[in-house]
Amino acid sequence: MIEVENVSFTYPSGVEALREISITIGDGEFVAIMGENGAGKTTLIKQLNGILKPEKGNVYIDGVNTKEASVAELSRNVGLVFQNPDHQLFSETVEEEIAFGLRNFGFPEEEISKQVDWALNLLDIARYKKTSPFLLSGGERKRVALATVLAWNPKIIVIDEPTIGQDYTQKEKLRRFFNELNTQGRTVIIVTHDVEFVADCSPRVVLMYQGQIISEGRAKTILTSQEVASKASILLPQISELFHQLGDLGLPRDVIDVSEAKELIEDLVKRSKHHESL
Amino acid sequence: MPIIEVKDLFYTYPNFTEPFLKGVNLTIDKGDLVLLTGPSGCGKTTLCRCLVGLIPHFYGGEVSGEVVVSSLPVKEHAISELAQHVGFVFQNPENQLFALSVEKDVAFGLENLGMPRDEMRKNVDWAMDLMGIGNLRESAPFELSGGQQQRVAIASVLAMKPEVMILDEPTSFLDPVTARKLFEIVRSLNRALDLTVVLVEHRLSLLSSYVSRIVVMDEGRVKMDGAPIDVLTSKETRSLGIGVPKIMQLYQTLVENDIQLEKPVISIDDFVEGIRSLLKND
Amino acid sequence: MKVFEGLKFKRVSSPIHRLDPRTKFIVSCVIFAQAFLFTEFLYLIILFVAQIPLVLLARVHKQWTRSLRGSLILTLLIFFTNLIVGVVSNDFQLTSDALTYSTSMSLRFVVLMTSFSIFFLTTSPDDLGLALEQSHVPYEFCFAFTTAVRFVPVLAREAQTIMDAQKSRGLELEKGGFMKRIRNYVPILIPLIVSSIRRSLELAEAMETRAFGAKKRRTSLYALKITREDILTLILCLVLLITTVYVRLYIPIPEVTIPIPRL
Repeated sequence: MIEVENVSFTYPSGVEALREISITIGDGEFVAIMGENGAGKTTLIKQLNGILKPEKGNVYIDGVNTKEASVAELSRNVGLVFQNPDHQLFSETVEEEIAFGLRNFGFPEEEISKQVDWALNLLDIARYKKTSPFLLSGGERKRVALATVLAWNPKIIVIDEPTIGQDYTQKEKLRRFFNELNTQGRTVIIVTHDVEFVADCSPRVVLMYQGQIISEGRAKTILTSQEVASKASILLPQISELFHQLGDLGLPRDVIDVSEAKELIEDLVKRSKHHESL
Repeated sequence: MPIIEVKDLFYTYPNFTEPFLKGVNLTIDKGDLVLLTGPSGCGKTTLCRCLVGLIPHFYGGEVSGEVVVSSLPVKEHAISELAQHVGFVFQNPENQLFALSVEKDVAFGLENLGMPRDEMRKNVDWAMDLMGIGNLRESAPFELSGGQQQRVAIASVLAMKPEVMILDEPTSFLDPVTARKLFEIVRSLNRALDLTVVLVEHRLSLLSSYVSRIVVMDEGRVKMDGAPIDVLTSKETRSLGIGVPKIMQLYQTLVENDIQLEKPVISIDDFVEGIRSLLKND
Repeated sequence: MKVFEGLKFKRVSSPIHRLDPRTKFIVSCVIFAQAFLFTEFLYLIILFVAQIPLVLLARVHKQWTRSLRGSLILTLLIFFTNLIVGVVSNDFQLTSDALTYSTSMSLRFVVLMTSFSIFFLTTSPDDLGLALEQSHVPYEFCFAFTTAVRFVPVLAREAQTIMDAQKSRGLELEKGGFMKRIRNYVPILIPLIVSSIRRSLELAEAMETRAFGAKKRRTSLYALKITREDILTLILCLVLLITTVYVRLYIPIPEVTIPIPRL
């Protein structure tokens, strides 16, 4: 369980990135942390595995205060996948790249090769086992990065901006993948500003703005509130925006799903036709 | 009047045996705002490189077919000459800004062209005004946000007054609100300056109402080329794994269930109008 | 790291900032040369103190004193080394001469170090690049210089990100013996190098599309101008130089020695 209690954090440059943030994330949750660039999302997730320690307040991971544990100790349970895979790739083969984390955490050699194969299959990159990571395409390198962190099977997995530069098919695969991870019992936290992606995933949404959490709840609720969206400087998903503009026709406003939208509009048209014929 | 003509373009990267571009045919008229999209690896970036001369002059490899931009056959002209007619804005804002101040960056191309100082000053001020970055004149690129950096990059291209501007996924690293602002700027440039724009993007939902034409590529070929409404509602587009905007999907399923809106829809406003008039007419 | 604070440009408005970088460079060279011309304590202390009004005028005193503090260790090292040599060669007796000489040598070191400090603190890398250009250094070098400076903060940030990413995979940089610690930096260096290479390629592409190399003669948006203040400063400098050379050759400097403190 993740407990963030009244955390404030200012960078040495003077930027106040987090201002008295509090949030609890239970085991097995699927959370999307959203907000514009500069809202503090990345700063918050770096608090979760100890890369940054709170200036004021505390962060507890399963009861352990992050100020009293090393990054390595915390990372064993909180796997953080950074935005740019090129910031971590350095090995000669994908296999070695994945083994790196496992070795650091002291896994015995037989277990390492088991975990490596498991991770390779999980991300569908088994055919690249002996390939140099530098020769892979952008999307493939992203999958290698994911594999390297999943390999040591952390309970909590945090992914920073997974959808940047990905095309639609790749995003769909990611969405299904995150759902699967979550179904398998892991806590999945994604940081993103891709509202349509979040609308499809339907996680718990935590909305940040200028270092504070200004709203949180189910995706359907948060991503359909115009008030909240303009405060946080995010765009509403298209369907939500549409239904807001049609609000006066008696349609509900908290719609983000295409099929639900279709049903509602069909209904509306049928009812008006029915009225006409009366 | 065509300003870009691509005929039977085949291109193989050096050290590869199979061509990456397999017979591309494309004509773009002056003043068009074209969206170029397709799944990762389809060849959109490669095609853009062919339009500015990076292929073949920078990347090498084997080219066959014709690429003519602003009446200049790309094969026969140096990139530095083509650069005066076709500007290129790259995906990563950080790696296309060189100088230590915004002003110097916007002037970079003009300095390279040996423009006299007075003329340069006019062009630089004009470009910076257009992009609304006059207040960032002396800022260092490192101090700017991604959105501001992209504006500087566009200004530095505009300063050279090209006829065509190509932007390769310029909003990849930007959040949606900033991305939309950037697209609005690009559209107003297209209209105000009659600047031909080729925009490579994945974020179709932000763009479909701005562009007059969508070209979809897959596996090195042009698969679809036409008005947004036609391209985005076609079955082939969906099968190619393109992220069709949700309202287009909604429009499409309504059509399939016999609910026809009066006019074709490519934006939320169109949709709203369509629904309202449909209800009125009943 | 504090030492380097004396070399980072501070953006402030001052008469010294406004001087042409070439002028400031010459002034720094003159001060540098002066420190070598003399070993006399009196002269060196005058030279050291003479820089203080300049530092104050340039409003960079905070950075300057910080860099002085940073170089304290080396200064003390020079002081004590000279002192020990002086004492040992004098039958282990502390003389006023030895004390004075050690102090002079330390002062010389400090003056040498700070002579260019004012130059770097008051000259933006932009202007430095321009000065190089206008001094007819080939453009490729000037460009390489300013681009490198431009990317220093970017590289620093990237190095930090890479370190964070690898630490998140269990890499412990602090642990292990000497050899292990060096090997621990491989996962940091390789991504940094690869990323830098990728960056250079992207930059090269961007340069091409901005017509780099189109014309042999490049023009420049800005031009450095030598002003009246520059000429005055240079004349002053020249006068100073000539005077001190004359003094060195013909006029004996009064011997000032530091008395040994009564312990």
